[in-house]
Amino acid sequence: MFKKIMVPVDLARIEQLAKALDCAADMAVHYGADICYVGVTGATPGPLGRNPGEYTERLKAFAGEQAAARGVNASHHTEIANDPTTEVDDALIRAVGAVGADLVVMGTHDPRFSDFLWPANGIRLAGHSTASVFLVRED
Amino acid sequence: MADSPNQGIPEPEGTADIIDTEYDIGQDNIEGHLGPFGFDIHNPVFMISGLTIVAFVFYALAFKENADALFNGVDPAAVAGCEAGAFCDIGLRVWLTSVFDWFFMSAANIFVLFCLFLIVSPWGSVRLGGADASPDYGYAGWFAMLFAAGMGIGLMFFGVLEPVYHMAVSQPLGVPSPIAEDGTIIAANVDAARQMGLAATIYHWGLHPWAIYAIVALALALFTFNKGLPLTIRSAFYPIFGERIWGWTGHVIDTVAVFATLFGLATSLGFGAQQANAGLSHVFGIPTSTTVQVILITGITAVALISVLRGLDGGVKLLSEINMVIAGLLLFFVLFAAGAASILSEFVTGIVGYVREILPLSNPVGREDTAYMHGWTTFYWAWWISWSPFVGMFIARVSRGRTVREFITCVLIIPSIVCVLWMAVFGGAAIEQVLADPVGSPVTAEVIAGYNPPMSLFAMLEGLPLASITSVIAIVLVIVFFVTSSDSGSLVIDTITAGGKVDAPVPQRVFWCTFEGAVAIVLLLGGGLGALQAMVISTGLPFTIVLLLMCWAIMKGLIAEKG
Repeated sequence: MFKKIMVPVDLARIEQLAKALDCAADMAVHYGADICYVGVTGATPGPLGRNPGEYTERLKAFAGEQAAARGVNASHHTEIANDPTTEVDDALIRAVGAVGADLVVMGTHDPRFSDFLWPANGIRLAGHSTASVFLVRED
Repeated sequence: MADSPNQGIPEPEGTADIIDTEYDIGQDNIEGHLGPFGFDIHNPVFMISGLTIVAFVFYALAFKENADALFNGVDPAAVAGCEAGAFCDIGLRVWLTSVFDWFFMSAANIFVLFCLFLIVSPWGSVRLGGADASPDYGYAGWFAMLFAAGMGIGLMFFGVLEPVYHMAVSQPLGVPSPIAEDGTIIAANVDAARQMGLAATIYHWGLHPWAIYAIVALALALFTFNKGLPLTIRSAFYPIFGERIWGWTGHVIDTVAVFATLFGLATSLGFGAQQANAGLSHVFGIPTSTTVQVILITGITAVALISVLRGLDGGVKLLSEINMVIAGLLLFFVLFAAGAASILSEFVTGIVGYVREILPLSNPVGREDTAYMHGWTTFYWAWWISWSPFVGMFIARVSRGRTVREFITCVLIIPSIVCVLWMAVFGGAAIEQVLADPVGSPVTAEVIAGYNPPMSLFAMLEGLPLASITSVIAIVLVIVFFVTSSDSGSLVIDTITAGGKVDAPVPQRVFWCTFEGAVAIVLLLGGGLGALQAMVISTGLPFTIVLLLMCWAIMKGLIAEKG
């Protein structure tokens, strides 16, 4: 049913994504699909890398660990956003096309008041992506 | 297993000379939630900046007379023991720009020469972001953003006023006015005064201010994109202070930058609301009152909030581009309505005059035209320099992928040419009107007989067809230029107070944007705008030293980059 599962990851908050990561891996095994871990970063230096190249190295290492631990085929993909605070969903929509994903499995928090002011990541993605989107509530 | 290479960025960003520092970006940040709102702030820059700003607002309001006397001076006739021309008369701002005139002017000359040197030097080929980096923005969007943040609003207010004023009143380099006291034209003075009016204006809006911005922007872009340091003002000082920039030395640098940026924006917003109110009153007869001005500030802040929430591309860039289109349409309308042939002749006159007079105008010693030099030139230099942390950091953020040569050319040369065109069109049209009717022209009334900066543009438009329509467009432009300053300024402050992180939670930028509007309203209602604006301009002096140090840091950084 699915051939490529895209899993957006925030490398600074991996522990909160455990459920989404498990879910994506289970579905990959079930459908024989590949997983592509996607990270969004700014072009400016940040805690996860002093340039997009360093960030990508970390993402690559993460994808390697996941592949080894879960026995799935995994790749990685980095999207650069000029303003990562507000442009994550747009970057992920671009990524869906770039990696050729037919399913996105993404961790998201429970609904809360601030969502009325600025919607949680994933809302816009679900509304605009051509791929199926599975939003997994964080623990 | 990881079976494929990275699919997003085709290449790493190529060779760049990353600085090997022990500091982890964000290590001093505090993350958490305040109710439903997340935050990720640098400790202690966020807190100290916020508290200092509140303290100075309190000082400006609670000790209003004291603050005004310190920064703007007092009336010597009303205060015993205060002589005319003494510090107590002129205040800190004028004192600094008068006593240190040689310093401001020499430094600005150095900045221009340094930038021109970089264009032709071998270091011009260094690419910001590493050898293989590609630009994040196309020319149109990039140029629109740097122009809208840099000086768009000033062009609206001074495009008419300055050329006319310098032609008829301030007499730069002693060039006499072509208008006699009885209002008649002195034909023998016209050509020289007309050329000097444009040249003296272009001098303030051409190479020098853009060189000031270019220095700060280049320093930050180089140390961020090539050296891997966080996007914050302190990073440019790494070659000077080394690892100490992560301690209190850096905290002070960043805090002063936040302080100058926020008060610069808030006081401009306050004065801008008064000016926009004057325009609305002129066009629509809306009363001039603090209520209208508070509504204007609230409206501008609300639109700026939407812009920052939509982000750099969806908000700030989009608004800047819209602004440039409207400004371009207004420019072309004035160009053709006032007579394209004569205006283009003014353009050539302006450029020729600028080239011929730039050296005498840049000379800081032996000048007798101190009214022009102190009242305008050094004031402008202090003003541009105090704004440079904000504009420079914003330009830096959107300039990755350009070579140093391309960067300087686009930040220095092209905006200067656009400013020449703008001044030639708006100033040239206004000068034509004044010379055609030196007594009855509305421009004469608002610039020469009276001194009314916000009305000068509308006065010139009155002398052209379709004034009621173009005046509305001008008001819209003024307001949108304020929005583009406000939103880009909020992003800059948010980034500095987040320790250089550009992915801090949204509520933080909402906080700074709202805070800026609130400070403007409080100062407008309490009457502290003048004192705090003078204080911000006074920060131009220490920042001049900072910029000189940045030149050295840039050179050191570029030399290392070339290996």
